[in-house]
Amino acid sequence: MRQPKIIIVGGGLAGLMATIRVAEAGVPVELFSIVPVKRSHSVCAQGGINAAKNQKGEGDTTQKHFDDTIYGGDFLANQPLVKRMCEAAPGIIDLLDRMGVMFNRTPEGLLDYRRFGGTLYHRTAFAGATTGQQLLYALDEQVRRHESEGKVARREGWTFLSAVIDEARVCHGICAMDLRSMEVKTFPADAVIFCTGGIGAIFGRSTNSVVCTGSAQSALFQQGVDYANGEFIQVHPTAIPGEDKLRLMSESARGEGGRVWVPKKSGDKRTARSIPESERFYFLEEWYPKYGNLVPRDIATRAIHRIVYQEKLGIDGQAAVYLDVTHIPRETLNRKLEGILEIYEKFLGVDPRDEPMKVFPAMHYTMGGIWVNGEDQDTNVPGIFAAGECEYQYHGANRLGANSLVSCIFGGGIAGPAAAKYARNLEKSAEATESSVFAREQMRQEEKNQALIAQEGAENPIAIWKEMGEIMTEHVTVTRVNKDLQSAYTRLTDLEARYKKINLSDRSRWSNQTLNFARELENMLILARVITMGAFCRNESRGAHYKPEFPERDDTRWLKTTRAKWADGEIKLSYEPVDISQIPPRPRRYDAAK
Amino acid sequence: MPDTKQVVLLIKRQASPQDPARWEEFAMPWRPSMNVIICLRDIAENPVTCDGKKTTPVSYDSNCLEEVCGSCAMRINGKAGMACSALVDRLEQPIRLEPLSKFPVVRDLSVDRQFMFDSLKRVKAWIPIDGSYNLGEGPRIAPAVQEKAYPLSRCITCGNCLEVCPQVNKHNNFMGAAIFSQVRLFNMHPTGAMHAKERIRAVMGRGGIEDCANAQNCVKACPKEIPLTESLAEINRQTWKQALLDWVIG
Repeated sequence: MRQPKIIIVGGGLAGLMATIRVAEAGVPVELFSIVPVKRSHSVCAQGGINAAKNQKGEGDTTQKHFDDTIYGGDFLANQPLVKRMCEAAPGIIDLLDRMGVMFNRTPEGLLDYRRFGGTLYHRTAFAGATTGQQLLYALDEQVRRHESEGKVARREGWTFLSAVIDEARVCHGICAMDLRSMEVKTFPADAVIFCTGGIGAIFGRSTNSVVCTGSAQSALFQQGVDYANGEFIQVHPTAIPGEDKLRLMSESARGEGGRVWVPKKSGDKRTARSIPESERFYFLEEWYPKYGNLVPRDIATRAIHRIVYQEKLGIDGQAAVYLDVTHIPRETLNRKLEGILEIYEKFLGVDPRDEPMKVFPAMHYTMGGIWVNGEDQDTNVPGIFAAGECEYQYHGANRLGANSLVSCIFGGGIAGPAAAKYARNLEKSAEATESSVFAREQMRQEEKNQALIAQEGAENPIAIWKEMGEIMTEHVTVTRVNKDLQSAYTRLTDLEARYKKINLSDRSRWSNQTLNFARELENMLILARVITMGAFCRNESRGAHYKPEFPERDDTRWLKTTRAKWADGEIKLSYEPVDISQIPPRPRRYDAAK
Repeated sequence: MPDTKQVVLLIKRQASPQDPARWEEFAMPWRPSMNVIICLRDIAENPVTCDGKKTTPVSYDSNCLEEVCGSCAMRINGKAGMACSALVDRLEQPIRLEPLSKFPVVRDLSVDRQFMFDSLKRVKAWIPIDGSYNLGEGPRIAPAVQEKAYPLSRCITCGNCLEVCPQVNKHNNFMGAAIFSQVRLFNMHPTGAMHAKERIRAVMGRGGIEDCANAQNCVKACPKEIPLTESLAEINRQTWKQALLDWVIG
């Protein structure tokens, strides 16, 4: 029998889980990653991973997890697969536990669980406040084991450029670039699974890592792979502002009892600790008595914006509020939150165990992503699959905290076998594809590099990137106004024109990070337009998408998925119905019990 | 703390492994809360040296920028550290940046640390599960054990402990403290312990635990404050025990 081959692009949680499953299915797998996979962005996930194990005697069930997820996502997710994910979550925790993840434990040696946003149950398993790191390492170790048995080949230090797609619109492999030698090469595969993560760099500064540019998703989009719900961007309520990065302060700080507040008096100059309890405004607890500090992220973020911009109550007139854990015993903080408190301490030189932290919302996650068709995680181009943050299907209009790790592992876990099955059933293997299909793609990509290196313009790629980030952060995050979106779109188009005149400050052919960045930037600019156009067209408010001109959710007109297509160099939007077969939509209100 | 409104950096440049190294000096305006990464980004935006010469942006490894991915290790003022958490206000100027010296240079400050990942493979740094199918929960673990193991599991494979170790050199293949600490971690886990012998055998011989000369630089250089010397002592003990058993049993 013919032996198929599978390529996985991206080695975060989703990519590694997919790799493990493909290796277990006995199909050779080649894993591509820009960075050594152990350095993938999944390491930045902090707070935990959700599963309704009901280990605190609260009567939690997977059905309740499912309902919280759908409700938290403002009913935009297709429901059947979300249900399956929630049902699979306890098994995923068990698997990670068996892989040796050092989860925090109860006195009797069982896994401990904490509370997270958008739920009233203790449903989040955690390993200190570095859960993503611990999970990534566990999967990386399993992949290393498969690698030592010859089942997996790693190609770290390669970046994906494009898919190899033939005239029948079927994918037969990828074209990638070695980030050291800058060699452009094609790799045949019967199926390719994309697990290329987030898109934070499109917003300039975010909580995301440097590699989270969305470049791969955009390259695929420009090759005909549809992109869904791009306008749904999660802005995390609590991050530490920084010039290079907005560093996340996990929701787990609030899950462990952390409280968000500002001084009641505008422009109060006193230090946080000298402000008496009675003069503090715990606005989340007051506005949302049921969920308090643990309302979903879109709600908390809008509340902080309201406090700072409308009520003018930001700390000392700045765009910041307090996230306070100083009332929690030091020993508990060290055992459960050390990882994040250490970040605050190292980067700001202030011990958050003594002083309340100053935080502000930051772009964090994309709910939207590559359009996939349900349980096979396959896209509209045969041979291309997607899993993890880069696809759209689990979180609707807003993701609940600690659900991303579940969706990555669940999605990767089903994409692997689905791709293996697809590859086995193919009549013609990638190897049998005419070599001209590969040669053509390689030539196209090499020519792009040549052109960029030879180009003599006056524009600087970093300056364009910064402008794009400012436009996107200002107009396409928390509050969206149609006329601003329209001008943002025009300005993005202008930036694309300016991009055509960029000048690389490095023209060498060895480890040229500038060339790679320039290529990513072109892709970012196009995806930025997809996001902006989606936001402009959706005239309602739902989850993370908030328009003051249309403050209500409009199920009659907008209970539908945005699907972006690339047609002759233009972005075209169409809409398709959402599968609401399990839970009928109801108003989403966190100021009262649901 | 420098009161000057400029930040000055001296950076060791090397265009490729075959090219000779050279130094370049850069200056940029000071801002609050600057770190080394911000300086390198400033240079990328305007790659001009202090003497007005146009140059290329500096190549370096980075990803998370919050000291959890392990990418941006380099020598900062002669000391191994992470560029993202190296705050300019705490560094003497000019800030001297060099690549780690114990790993092959790729370009400028970027190095190849594949040796560490290969070592993890050599020592079988994993829990050998039967498969990813559902087999129920893992073994119970006492909180005290978890609290000892968790700090070990936070190793970011940055390579700083190898950089400062006199035993990691051209004549020696010493794997470095991080690797032995991982062996300790996996040997501590109830399932991992079932295969402790295989890992201990893998740390015997060339580059193994015997090459540790107890300089104890590693523990001071670890950005994650992992008790590396405890790990080395523990693995040394486990190795002796295994050697003795092998000798007795024959």
